[in-house]
Amino acid sequence: MIQMFNVSKIYNNGVKALNDVTLHIKKGEFVFLVGPSGAGKSTLTKLICREEMPSRGQVVINGRSLARMKSREVPFLRRKIGMVFQDFRLIPTKTVFENVAFALEITGASNKEIKKVVPMVLRMVGLEKKANMLPAHLSGGEQQRTSVARAIVNNPILLLADEPTGNLDPDNSWELMKLFLDINRRGTTIVMATHAWDIVDEMKRRVIALSNGTVIRDEEGGVYGYES
Amino acid sequence: MNLNVIRYYFREAVRSIIRNSWLSAASVGTIIISLLILGSTVLLVMNVRYVASSVESSLEITVFLKDDVDEQSLARMEEQIKFVPGVSSVEFISKEQALADLKESFGDKADILSGLEQDNPLPNSFRIKTTSAGLVPEAARQLEKLDGVEQVRYGQGVVEKLLSLTHWVRIWGSLTIVVLGVAAIFLIATTIRMSVFARRREIGIMKMLGATNLFVRMPFMLEGMMLGSAGGLVAVLIINFSYLSLLNKVIVTLPFIRLVDDPVTIYQVLGGLLGLGFAIGALGSAISLRRFLKV
Ligand SMILES: Nc1ncnc2c1ncn2[C@@H]1O[C@H](COP(=O)(O)OP(=O)(O)O)[C@@H](O)[C@H]1O
Ligand SMILES: [Mg+2]
Repeated sequence: MIQMFNVSKIYNNGVKALNDVTLHIKKGEFVFLVGPSGAGKSTLTKLICREEMPSRGQVVINGRSLARMKSREVPFLRRKIGMVFQDFRLIPTKTVFENVAFALEITGASNKEIKKVVPMVLRMVGLEKKANMLPAHLSGGEQQRTSVARAIVNNPILLLADEPTGNLDPDNSWELMKLFLDINRRGTTIVMATHAWDIVDEMKRRVIALSNGTVIRDEEGGVYGYES
Repeated sequence: MNLNVIRYYFREAVRSIIRNSWLSAASVGTIIISLLILGSTVLLVMNVRYVASSVESSLEITVFLKDDVDEQSLARMEEQIKFVPGVSSVEFISKEQALADLKESFGDKADILSGLEQDNPLPNSFRIKTTSAGLVPEAARQLEKLDGVEQVRYGQGVVEKLLSLTHWVRIWGSLTIVVLGVAAIFLIATTIRMSVFARRREIGIMKMLGATNLFVRMPFMLEGMMLGSAGGLVAVLIINFSYLSLLNKVIVTLPFIRLVDDPVTIYQVLGGLLGLGFAIGALGSAISLRRFLKV
């Protein structure tokens, strides 16, 4: 599903964020991307959704080379990728329902479809009772679950999460992990960049460790590692 | 493209206008003023031309001749006059004919002119018709240069005055319109820029969710178009009402002057103004989006 061949990323300011990264993530996998701050985790996720282009090497998603993809095709790539961030990125003036519905509105979905799908997804993340509340009136965990609901409402093939538990307390973090596992079990591939070593160690999934832009470790059922 | 999406575009455009109400009002105001000036200028120029062409005499030049011009020279002059640019026809009026015409215009009081036949003081003349009022002054200048010409008269300067008036109105009008038009486009662009700025986080989220460029841009384009059309509409209404009341006043007080009152022509002018307001709005937002919304 995701293939990277000798990918390097050098930003305009000369910072080398990724150095010769080659990896392969299969459909249905749950992958943790770990490493200290500045290791290049966010850069790697940005290359996958084509927010950034690699300076060298190739990124291939579902058999499509992103370098050859025309810019007008990018929106359709992103609709197949659900994204979740540390800061939730909800629209403060829209309710929970509207925030989730927005991802569908953008694709030109009909009202009928929105009314059918959104409540279903809200039930899945346990927010059916909060549908008409504004993000500011929700707890951090609820806000993050709203953003997950928005990320999966389009039935994405891949869920990209960049430190999704960064602003959550341990209880909410574990709730979110249960939700991710649930989503993963339904067949969605998950790539999650994180600092949270306790979560990584407990989940025993594939771990790709980055340091200074290089993959230093890639193992199934791995742990966070204590060298950093 | 379905109804939901269209509704979304309009809702977001209206929200932005309300959020930036002061700047929106300023852009609409500038558009109104530019279009008012443009509209009045166009109507004034149209009317002056209309009046100038409807005044028959303004298209006529009379060339008075010296008494010592012989028959042969007369024939030659007539040929020369026909070649002056703008001349459409030439008619020779002899002294005798001129006197007869004069007598006729006096009607039953023609007696006072009796006795003039022996020593006719009226000169021979050519009555010349021209193809357009604009060519009259230049044609007259050419005619003055011909041998045997005593005096050239036309419209007592009315034509020149009218035309020089429209000339200056056109120059100053165009200048003002260009300046105000640029200001209007700039203000629209600024308004749209503020709207983009206010929603930059939301735009980032939309792109992350896979919104197309069109979807991201459309509400802003629409915002500019709505502001432009609103300005156009107000200007059109003002001009329509004031022009109609002007027409009514002129009919009562100056019945011998005929202004442009053909509804088709008037609606063409008003439609043009409305379209221009729309175009200013669209152009302003397009400029702004090109610069501030790289997607
Ligand atoms: N847009 C950018 N422009 C320039 N440098 C950047 C940019 N984004 C990230 N970097 C740099 O690239 C390196 C990797 O950053 P990042 O991928 O965000 O790491 P991580 O997410 O693992 O903390 C860092 O040194 C960071 O300063
Ligand atoms: Mg990061």
